[in-house]
Amino acid sequence: MAELGTLVEKVRSKNAGPFWLTVDIFCGSAEAFARVTTGLDTTRVAHLFGVEPQAMKRFDIPDLNVVKLSVPRPVVQGTRADRDMHGAGWAVLVEEMEIA
Amino acid sequence: MTRVLIPTGALGLGYDRAALSRGIANRPDIIAVDGGSTDSGPSYLGRGVSKYSRASTKAEWRGLMQARAEAGVPLVIGTAGTCGADSAVDWLLEITREIAAETGQTLRVATLKSGQSAAAVKAALAEGRIAPLFPAPEISDALIDACSNIVALAGAEQIAAALATGADIVIAGRTTDTAIIAALPLVNGDHPGACWHGAKIGECGAIATTQPATGVIQIDFDATGFTMEPMALTAAATPYTVSAHMLYENSDPFVLYEPGGHLDVTGASYTALDARRVRVEGSEWIRGVYTVKLEGARVAGYQTVALALLRDRRYVRHAREWAADVQARVAAQIVERMGLSPDDFTLELRLIGMDATLGPLENRTTTPVEVGVLGIVTCPTEAQAAEAGKMLNPYLLHHALTEDEPMPTFAFPFSPAEMQRGALYEFCLNHVMRLDDPMSAFRLDVHEVGHG
Repeated sequence: MAELGTLVEKVRSKNAGPFWLTVDIFCGSAEAFARVTTGLDTTRVAHLFGVEPQAMKRFDIPDLNVVKLSVPRPVVQGTRADRDMHGAGWAVLVEEMEIA
Repeated sequence: MTRVLIPTGALGLGYDRAALSRGIANRPDIIAVDGGSTDSGPSYLGRGVSKYSRASTKAEWRGLMQARAEAGVPLVIGTAGTCGADSAVDWLLEITREIAAETGQTLRVATLKSGQSAAAVKAALAEGRIAPLFPAPEISDALIDACSNIVALAGAEQIAAALATGADIVIAGRTTDTAIIAALPLVNGDHPGACWHGAKIGECGAIATTQPATGVIQIDFDATGFTMEPMALTAAATPYTVSAHMLYENSDPFVLYEPGGHLDVTGASYTALDARRVRVEGSEWIRGVYTVKLEGARVAGYQTVALALLRDRRYVRHAREWAADVQARVAAQIVERMGLSPDDFTLELRLIGMDATLGPLENRTTTPVEVGVLGIVTCPTEAQAAEAGKMLNPYLLHHALTEDEPMPTFAFPFSPAEMQRGALYEFCLNHVMRLDDPMSAFRLDVHEVGHG
């Protein structure tokens, strides 16, 4: 097991418009990409984000060694319950996940 | 072939002047710059104002107007003033007039306004011309009336119409990020898939290069594809930096919806021409129904916030239970003394240093040196929010964990301790509106500016 963030170059989360959140995992190499694509359980990410697993879209992009996860924003951007206007903080939940 | 010079990802973010000069020397056909985004939240659209300072905007716009005068080509800005509301277009037009007067320029300026009246949107709703995207809030006439601003995102057609006036400068209200870049190449008959794909890659300036802060890039569009080159000599575009930009702020990395169709880059190939330039071919534009996306913001309440700092070790250790106790007592007092019902307001204490970013999703625990307690109260009116904020004050300053201990005092960084934030806005539309004529929801005006 290892913390995902230690295996990859960068994890970035951003709004994709006010109603969506998108997380890009830049693996940096084919080896890291292979480990992340096999080790990363989308359902676990959904649980960490507090969303339904079927709401999460996942793209494994070998040309870029990137795994992308997109989900309707659990809290719409800028509403009173929103804590993070640009959606930047969600990345750490993925970064700090332990994966096989 | 159409050469588009993009000075920066957004007016207000700055650009490298030497790189801009290099771009001008390359004789572009147009200079295109983005002026906004929803990314900073709903307040800007709600109020119809820019998030950047007027002085910064004027300084950077002056530089671009000067570059335009040297190049003798049109300068176009989309989503002027962060939100692209009509008031933001007027604001930038006023700045443009000032600069023209100060620099002795005579200019033809076209303004394209994207603001939608509630009456027009309600009529479109009644005619069945409005459809929800996913996820979309429930829409109704009442909701539409409640919006302080509604804008429609213009596409390439409306920008092309503005350019066709012969304008030296086009100040557009809300547009898609890509439309200002794609418009002229599309008019010139360049490859439609390449026009939209290159526009998406270029919309954030040099973000799709190895040195994002340099800002300036140039994209050449032609019959089969596009070529991107950063104008700062130290920056490079690589197949990786270019193709990875499709990920940016986009929920699907292969598809991008625009007015009148969508871009599909599944078949795109990215080739390094040399160490700094990338060639892209194979992207496809698929025509569809002509729709424009709507954005709207409305007031969702009024807020007052207050910040207190816990440094005492015992209070840091028990911060959560202390905050819960303060929350319960102040909420009860708001109900009792102000006569509000618990459904009328929210009162939240976020613990900075513990879980203020992620809230209930936080899964790390540690004992911090200090804890910032951010009290946020949201009420139906500004006066109520001010009153409720003041009720927080004595508790944030002196509330003790137990009854039988000396009264503690915590650190307040400010006097007054509470800060009125004014209106809390929220985005309340994620819909598209079908148009039979692309110009029918937009207003184009031509202004002769400067001496004359």
